[in-house]
Formats: sequence, structure tokens, C-alpha cells
Amino acid sequence: MKDLQLDQTSRRSFLKTTGHLMIGFNILPLSFCQTKAGQTNISPYPGIPVRPTIDNKLVDSWIRLDADGYLTVLSGKQELGQGIKIALIQIAAEELDIEPGRCHIVNSDTGQTPNEGFTAGSNSVEGSGSAIRLAAAEARLHLLKMAGQKWNVATDNLMIKNGVIKSPSGEEISYWKLLEGKFIEAQISGEAPLKSPKGYKYVGQPLEREDIRKMVIGESHFVHDLKMPGMVHARILHPPSYNDKLKSIDLSELEAMPGVLKVIKNGSFLAVVAEREYQAVKARNLLKSLAVWDKIPHDILQETLFESITNTPGAPEKVKISEGIEETISNASINHRAEYFKPYHMHASMGPSCAVALWEENLLTVWTATQGVYPVRDTLADLFSLDKEKIRCIGSPGAGCYGHNGADDVSGEAALIAKEMKGKHVRLQWMREDENKWEPYGTAMAFRLSAGLDPEGKPLAWDSIVWSDSHSTRPNGKAGSFISARHLDPPVEFRKGGFSGGSHRNGIPEYSFAAKQLHLFNYDGPLRTSSLRGLGAYANTFAMESFLDELIHISGNDPLDFRLKNLEDPRAKAVLEKLATKTNWKSRSNSGNNGFGIAYARYKNATSYFAVLAEVEIDIGAKNYKLKKLTGVIDSGLTINPDGLKNQTEGGMIQSASWTMMEEVNYDQNGITSVDWSTYPIFRMIDVPEVEVHIINRPETKPMGAGEAAMGPVAAAIANAVFDATGSRIRNLPLKPEKIDWEAIS
Amino acid sequence: MPQEIKLNINGHLKTISADPEEPLLYILRDEFDLKGAKFGCGVQQCGACMVLVDSLAEPTCLRPCGSFENTQITTLEGLAKNGKLHPVQQAFIDTQAAQCGYCLNGMLISAVALLKTNPRPTDDDIREGLNQVICRCGTHSRFIKAVKLASEKLNA
Repeated sequence: MKDLQLDQTSRRSFLKTTGHLMIGFNILPLSFCQTKAGQTNISPYPGIPVRPTIDNKLVDSWIRLDADGYLTVLSGKQELGQGIKIALIQIAAEELDIEPGRCHIVNSDTGQTPNEGFTAGSNSVEGSGSAIRLAAAEARLHLLKMAGQKWNVATDNLMIKNGVIKSPSGEEISYWKLLEGKFIEAQISGEAPLKSPKGYKYVGQPLEREDIRKMVIGESHFVHDLKMPGMVHARILHPPSYNDKLKSIDLSELEAMPGVLKVIKNGSFLAVVAEREYQAVKARNLLKSLAVWDKIPHDILQETLFESITNTPGAPEKVKISEGIEETISNASINHRAEYFKPYHMHASMGPSCAVALWEENLLTVWTATQGVYPVRDTLADLFSLDKEKIRCIGSPGAGCYGHNGADDVSGEAALIAKEMKGKHVRLQWMREDENKWEPYGTAMAFRLSAGLDPEGKPLAWDSIVWSDSHSTRPNGKAGSFISARHLDPPVEFRKGGFSGGSHRNGIPEYSFAAKQLHLFNYDGPLRTSSLRGLGAYANTFAMESFLDELIHISGNDPLDFRLKNLEDPRAKAVLEKLATKTNWKSRSNSGNNGFGIAYARYKNATSYFAVLAEVEIDIGAKNYKLKKLTGVIDSGLTINPDGLKNQTEGGMIQSASWTMMEEVNYDQNGITSVDWSTYPIFRMIDVPEVEVHIINRPETKPMGAGEAAMGPVAAAIANAVFDATGSRIRNLPLKPEKIDWEAIS
Repeated sequence: MPQEIKLNINGHLKTISADPEEPLLYILRDEFDLKGAKFGCGVQQCGACMVLVDSLAEPTCLRPCGSFENTQITTLEGLAKNGKLHPVQQAFIDTQAAQCGYCLNGMLISAVALLKTNPRPTDDDIREGLNQVICRCGTHSRFIKAVKLASEKLNA
């Protein structure tokens, strides 16, 4: 490895060249690079100088060869526990023929990575991955051309082995020596030849994630673990409920508490800053007991939520129209109608949201676990009326978020507090109560489904009405998307957008119904909502695949055969066929106490294919049931890292089973009552079923996002298994045992 | 009021001046820079803040630091001995048993405590043994595999 490092002269020239570039473009104020921002206990990778990305079309924006014989990959996508770092490294290493062990990755930093919006929609491999693949292929071609010119040899005659180019006559030179410390001056043309999957060495291998090795020994890793010299600790006291306003508070006792450095009151925004973290926690407790609020109760209560949502006024969006479909269904020899419901779900991150912010002069740096460093930067710019270039957002791992949780809000709040503590790193962490009460939930949804089949059970028509609140209120450059901006005096206005996007995801069946229709009502509900893993696909698929199971049962069909017969896509059939083989579906033994349910969906009707079998076991005496086993089959095209794909899919299956069987955000007129793990219980170890995942790898097809594929099908498979075991069709989530008609079984 | 408190952490006796009511978690993280134990809920429901107290896995987010005097505290950072990972740590790497990793501290500490009293746990024993710790990513099935693997290695 040593021979790949640059000698001292080249090293100096490397740093000079890249340094010069930074000054030349002058996008990030130079002062950022010399601030206290660099002094952390989690050291940024030192191999490449920090400089802002210039243009996503440049190879250098994605791929850099550094001074020490390493490759650095830059990605605007954040590591959220989904293992994206290693997958992106594998893609770059493959195209450039460099051992993955000699590759680093820098994720989401407005100071240096490309702007890739949000890490969302299972789009990191498809988006960042394909950009990195093209950049790496272009870099390879560029380096081959350089060597070819040097030796006067056609590039076709050159070989590459682990970062070293070899000529037919035996000359050898490493990428690094070839570049002599210069950066790769090439544009991504998209025309550089890509490696054939047949020759893949690294893509498709279950390579280990580097971060797990660090986490098991307790190394600092999360934004929560950051420590900077002189860092102070903050806590915030949110209002008891969404609309409550601060009436009065006497701060004198607080300000006299040991260690308390500052108490901030601005409208209904209350925060404390202390020298030590526990002092801040104690001060928050006192703040909570002292604050007097004007209470403004919720008007739509949980008991009447279904009524409220299905009575949304106004005309629906006509997502897909089929004239005369109602009549077709009414006249069909087999027809059926049913209503389904999904309550609000929490992201319920393990670690309460946390961020660190630092103001120096008029420069703001925020260490944030956001899914989108650039959108958060733009939103901070709006909040503080500051030039975007004066703000740097550095992505730091948070606890798993599964969508838009409190990570953005806490970043805005940390910046608001730090503004009162200039020159100090301010670390703000939410308490569990803040997380559960203030995160934007996955919205409640309702469905009215109707369908008709001909006498032979052939699908004729499917008609859906969907009700849903917004699935995206992410930071969008408008400060009102930060929850606390709405509590300031004067409050920043918030206008809810993002209606419709995601609400009817997977709402139109892939099955061969001759006529299909979907209407969507956009509901403005009582609770704060935004993106949660899969958006509307989870509940749409739960409702659709449950309802399909009803139709299958009514028409006397087999759940597997009916699906196979009425799906056209061979890849859809393939996941179901593999599932049937792996689970011995045809010879499944029904002892009388168990039940089996199948479900299938292609996520977004456009990406990964996923089929699943759920097995439940009932205990009639105890009026309870247990999820025994989930078996899933996934096809997400070319598999980059099979172990990572399995891990994501297993996790999605277990998380979905937890949502489906246990979860519901509870609230009353005074606000959210699901404030901790006892009032918002989720799966624990004893609840978790046996989980098995099989992959259909398709190296000749493009890789597709996979992290959300399992959510919807698992929900329906469990509901279908419960029906199989008990005869009870539960149409309103969660699938609690008390909703089963136990009397009807015996 | 701050008092002198003597804590035995990872085999070293440390004397600090602290509010004896301050929960141990904050002392570990802020005073000693031991960031393995995490704040998760602050009400002893999630297990993110577990450490070994003598040989039992216990949460540290509420219990006052003063009450840990005269105990042996082992944190995640103290599991490896002489540069060699504890078999449980190695097993978590070998099975790639993590997604976001925020619960790993609680899972590893609980697994070490479990294997001390039950060197050959069944799947159900493992579920019971790790049940105090919440995982939101759904990595549970891998934790069971990891603990089984560690048990095999320890008994080999």
C-alpha cells in the first residue's frame, strides 16, 4: 500500500492544487475551514482538503484520489443505518478497480458533498449510486487516457489492477503517481464504458460495514456523541400541545440554578443552556413546573378520527378515472366493498433528536442528523435571513429516523439557541417526551375499496377512494417548516404543502383488473404529519392486499394462484413463486391453531418486488395470537451488497410488523398521550417473529431502492394470516387481538 | 452540592466531584467521555444506557451516580481486554448485527450479562435476556444470531 502514497513533494503539490481550487471558486468562506468547526472528537477524514462541491457534472464532485493512496467517495446521501456507505464504496471501488478497504466516504456536508436533496424514498443506490458509478467509470477512462498518452499506448491495451495501470510492455503506474497530486479534470459524459456485471469483484459481495466495528466498542459515532472544546448543553421546553401559548413564567429561580448559563424565552419558545448536560435537564424540569400555558384543546378527537377523515369536504383529486366503473362493479356477479383505516404512527427514533450548532461572527455551522443537509441549510437561511453560503450543515449520524422525524427541528432549535451563545458550541438534545409529542407522524389514512369479479373470478374493476393528510412537510427553504419557528414572537407562518405526494403510492393495483379508478381526498388532520418509511405505500398496500384477500376468499380462489394468474410482470410472479417454494406453500400444514397469509407489492409500482408469507399462531383460551414467522422474497435488481439488502429487508419486516400489530399514536383534547415507550409500545425482543429473507439477484438489471419495499406487504400478510386462523377480517390497524371475534372460532 | 464520589469504572478507581444525585449516564458521557452508553428515554424503559454493574445489566439514566460507589462498573468500552474484542463484540461484527446502532450498547451489555449466567441460551432465553432493550430498526433477529454465535465461541 505504501507505494501508492505520494512522496512529500507531490503531496505538497496535491494540497496546493486542491487548496488553490478552493480559493479560486470561493464558494465556502475560507474562514469556515479555520473555525472551531473542525475541533471535534469525531475527526473528519483528513485525506482531502475540505472544499465545496462545484458542479455535479464534475468527476471530482463524487470521486477524489487523495494524497495517501486512498479513494474518497463523496455522497450527498446520509448514512441512516441503512448501510449506504459500504454500498456506495463498493460501486466506486468496482468501477475504478481499487480495493474497498482503500476507500473512504464523506456523506452529506454542505461544505463538500454534492447536493442530492433528501436521503429518502429508498433512492440512495438509484440516485447517488448511479452518479458515483458514472463518475468512477469516467475517472477510470480519464486515468487510462493519461497513462496511454504517457506511454503512447492505446487505452484498450492497458490493464488495471488495484489502482495500478499496466502496459503490455510491462510499464506500471498507480493512479496517484499518474495524477501527481492533481485532481481529476474530467466531466461526467455518461459515455465512459461501464464494467460488465459478469466481471464484478466487489459489487454483489456481502462486505462488512466499517461503522459496526466502531460502534461495538463504544467509539463516538452519533451526533449525540460529539464533543467540542467549551461545548455547552441545552434543553428545550416545547408547549404541552400544538396550539398552546405561553402565558407567563418567572425565570428568576431558573437563572440562579447552578451551571445555568442562559434561559431563552421568545414567544412560546423556551430553552435553557447549562455548563453540564444534567444541569440543563434539571433546569428544564424546573422550567416545566414554572411555565403557565394558555391551553387550546384539539378539536378532532381520536374516537371520531375515522369519521372526520372520511368526511373531508371538497372534491377529491382524480388520480385515475375509469368512466362507468361504479356500474361495472355493481353489475359484477361477484362484488365487494370495504373500508380500511390506519392510525397515526410514530417514527419513534431510539435516540431523541440532537444537534450541535455554533455561531461565529455571522457564520453558522450545524452538525445535524437531517436527511437533507442542503434543504436544512436553505431553511436555516430563511429563518435567520442569512446568505446560504454563510451556513454549513455537516451531516452526522443520528439514531435511525425512517423518514422526517425531529432531526430537522432540533437543528433549527440548536441554531436559535446558539445564536444567543455566540462562539460556543451548543449541543441540544430532546427529551423522550419532546420526540414523541413533536415529531411529525406518519399520517392516519382511510380507504373505501370496491371491486368486481366475473363468475369465474376474473378481475373486472377496482375502485379506490383514499383519504390522507400530507406525507411531506420537510424543510423546504421556508422557516415555518421548523416546528419551533412557529412558537417565536412573531411566529413564522407555516403553510402545509406536500399534499397528495405519496398519499396514493401503491394505491392502484398491479393486478389485471380491466378497469381501475382512484380518487384522493387531501385531509387536514389534527396531528402534525410528514414522511414516514414508505409514505402512503404502507397503508395502501395493507388495504389493497387485505381487500384482495377478501375477494380471493369470496370467489373461492387460492391466494397464491390468484396473484400469479392476475399479475403480468414475470418478476412479480418470480418473487411469489420463490416464496411458495421456500415456504412449501402448497403443503403448508394448518393445525387448527395457525394461519398463513400472503401479500405482494412492487414498491411505488416501479421499484423493488417483494412477496411475503406470515404465519400466526392463535391461543383461543388466552384470546391472543402470536406472529410466528415472516418469510420474504425480494428482487431489487442488481444486488450491491446482499447482506445489507437482507439487513434492510429484515428490519423493514420487523418494523412493519410492529406498526401493524401494536402501534397507534394516542391523543386527547390536551395533546399527545403517547409520550414514552409504555404509552407507545413497540415490538420488543419477545414479540419478534422468526424472520427469513431470500434475494432474487438480477445482475443485468439496474439496482433499485429496497429499504421500504417490505412495509406494506408485511402488514397485509399478517392481517391475511389472522383471517386464515380466526375468520376475523380486521380492517382497522393495529391488528390487536381484542379486535378478533374469538367467540366465532369455537 | 458537589461531593467527592469514588467510582470503579472498567477496572479503574476514579474520584470525581459531582452532584451525587446526577444519574451515572451523564457522568460516564460527559465526565469520562465514555460515549458507549446512550440516552434513549430517561425513564429506564429502553435500555440504551445499560452498563454492567458487577455482572448485571442495569440502566443508568435515572440511578444517582453516588449509589454506584462500591460497585464494579463495566461499560461497552471496557468489554475488550488487552486489545482483544469480547466474543460478544466480535459476534455482533461477524453477524453484522446493527442498523443505526443506537441500541447496540444495551444489546451488547445485556448479552454479556446473559451469557455470564446462562452460557448456552436458547433463542427464547436470548429474547428474554435482551427484552429490556428497545431496537427500532428491527435488527432483533440478527441480535439472536449474534448472541448464539458468541455463546458457541465462548463454549468452544
